[in-house]
Amino acid sequence: MGTKSSVFDMIGPVMIGPSSSHTAGVVRIARACIKILGGIPDEAVITFYNSFARTYEGHGSDLAILGGLLDYKTDDANIKKSFELAKEKGLKYTFKSIGNASVYHPNTIKLNLTKGDKKTEVVGESLGGGIINIAEVDGFHANFSAQSHTLIIKAQDISGAIAFISSVIAQEKANIATMSVSRKGKNDMACHVIEMDSGIEPLTIQYLRSLTWVKELIYIPDIDL
Amino acid sequence: MSYLFESFAGWQSYCQEKDLNLYESVIEYEVTQRGKTEESIWNNLDKAYTVMKEAVETGLKEEMTSRSGMINNGAKKVYNHPVSVLSPEFQRLISRALAAKEVNSCMGRVVAAPTAGASGILPGTLYTLQEIHNLSDKKILEGLLVGAGIALIIEQKASLAGAVGGCQAETGSAAAMAAGAMVYCLGGTVSQIFNAVAITIQCMLGLICDPVAGLVEIPCVVRNASAAAIANSSAQIALADVSAVIPVDECIDAMGEIGANMETKYKETALGGLAATITGQEISKRVLIQDIEILPDEDLPE
Repeated sequence: MGTKSSVFDMIGPVMIGPSSSHTAGVVRIARACIKILGGIPDEAVITFYNSFARTYEGHGSDLAILGGLLDYKTDDANIKKSFELAKEKGLKYTFKSIGNASVYHPNTIKLNLTKGDKKTEVVGESLGGGIINIAEVDGFHANFSAQSHTLIIKAQDISGAIAFISSVIAQEKANIATMSVSRKGKNDMACHVIEMDSGIEPLTIQYLRSLTWVKELIYIPDIDL
Repeated sequence: MSYLFESFAGWQSYCQEKDLNLYESVIEYEVTQRGKTEESIWNNLDKAYTVMKEAVETGLKEEMTSRSGMINNGAKKVYNHPVSVLSPEFQRLISRALAAKEVNSCMGRVVAAPTAGASGILPGTLYTLQEIHNLSDKKILEGLLVGAGIALIIEQKASLAGAVGGCQAETGSAAAMAAGAMVYCLGGTVSQIFNAVAITIQCMLGLICDPVAGLVEIPCVVRNASAAAIANSSAQIALADVSAVIPVDECIDAMGEIGANMETKYKETALGGLAATITGQEISKRVLIQDIEILPDEDLPE
């Protein structure tokens, strides 16, 4: 935060209508999900919560989420044809609506995605103006906006892990904007979510992945690219 | 630099002191605050104006029916109607503002300027102005920069979101951007440009956001047309140096004050106004998903 609005927040974004929270934000949540999954899913179970549960169809958020899962950007006119395109590309999908999950933000979507033998569960929130928050990844608290460069590292809960990872990032001269770490339990699995102002080199990612205590590393440079 | 886009008075004196044109100061802001190059700014503006023109043309050419059915090719009907109420130019202005906004309601590509709900106003007004006065694209892009400066100040002093300030914040702001941009493009002075903004805001004050079934369709689409008309009337008044009397900064303050005191049911919640009418409720029942699951307490997410 603390960044001034851009001219292109006023004259923009270029987007598929009708509403930045129901289309642009929803496409961006889906795009964050495919980066987490590592590709377009074979199967998607999509649950719309609270306000979204009633309004998603009228606003075309169903098309928007499928469009995002098919890797279309927020301004791609193909989004309108997402049902046909999903069929063409072999993406199976199911929609659910749940009206009373009061712990969730009013505009929340949960995605359960499968690609081959890989599965992921992501909870995303559309905050308005196309801004999103990825609240959970595979049951871990995540809370990142996917606006900058994001690193998600699932690792064993060992002492010194946070210091180690942040020192590696520091050597890249990448400034950490936000960082959250949560764990299943003591000495169990932990999840580090790190948002950085600039990107890091493939070699660094490779190095972090090679560490025996790092189980999975997901790098999301920019969901709009 | 810090006082740029906090008030119209500040913007005017900044440009006077540095001997800058209004649009040049907007470029300077974007370069210093957002680290963009001047070249990329012009390219992005060009892209935005291209998308705006495409939205106008798409809305007048292609099938435009929304999923709810409430929006059904209205722009084309207006464009092709044999009777012109005022003039063919006015008829085209109205149909173009409708067209771009219908594209938004029907899941086409638009520029949110400043928001998606108000995405017909700048395309309708600037397309028509360019046609009537034979203006260059460059001039229109400069006008868009002036419009962006206007919106930056409204965002600071009031709001651009219907959920915060009602419809006045969305279509009102877009109309103010359009009026200012038009007066700029026609060679108006800085005072005339800001006066056009003030007059437009005075005409749009108090407008609530009451979308039927919560969809960005009724009354949003017709309000894009009326806002485009108001932008034109304000520009006409301002060019003749007829004063708004209340200075532009105070008009924006009034808009912020009205927005802050507006009841929540009139701020995009679809609980008041047109959304709460008998017909509005019936449409809402038909359009909104009724078979949603209500989970028992033990199954709710933690």
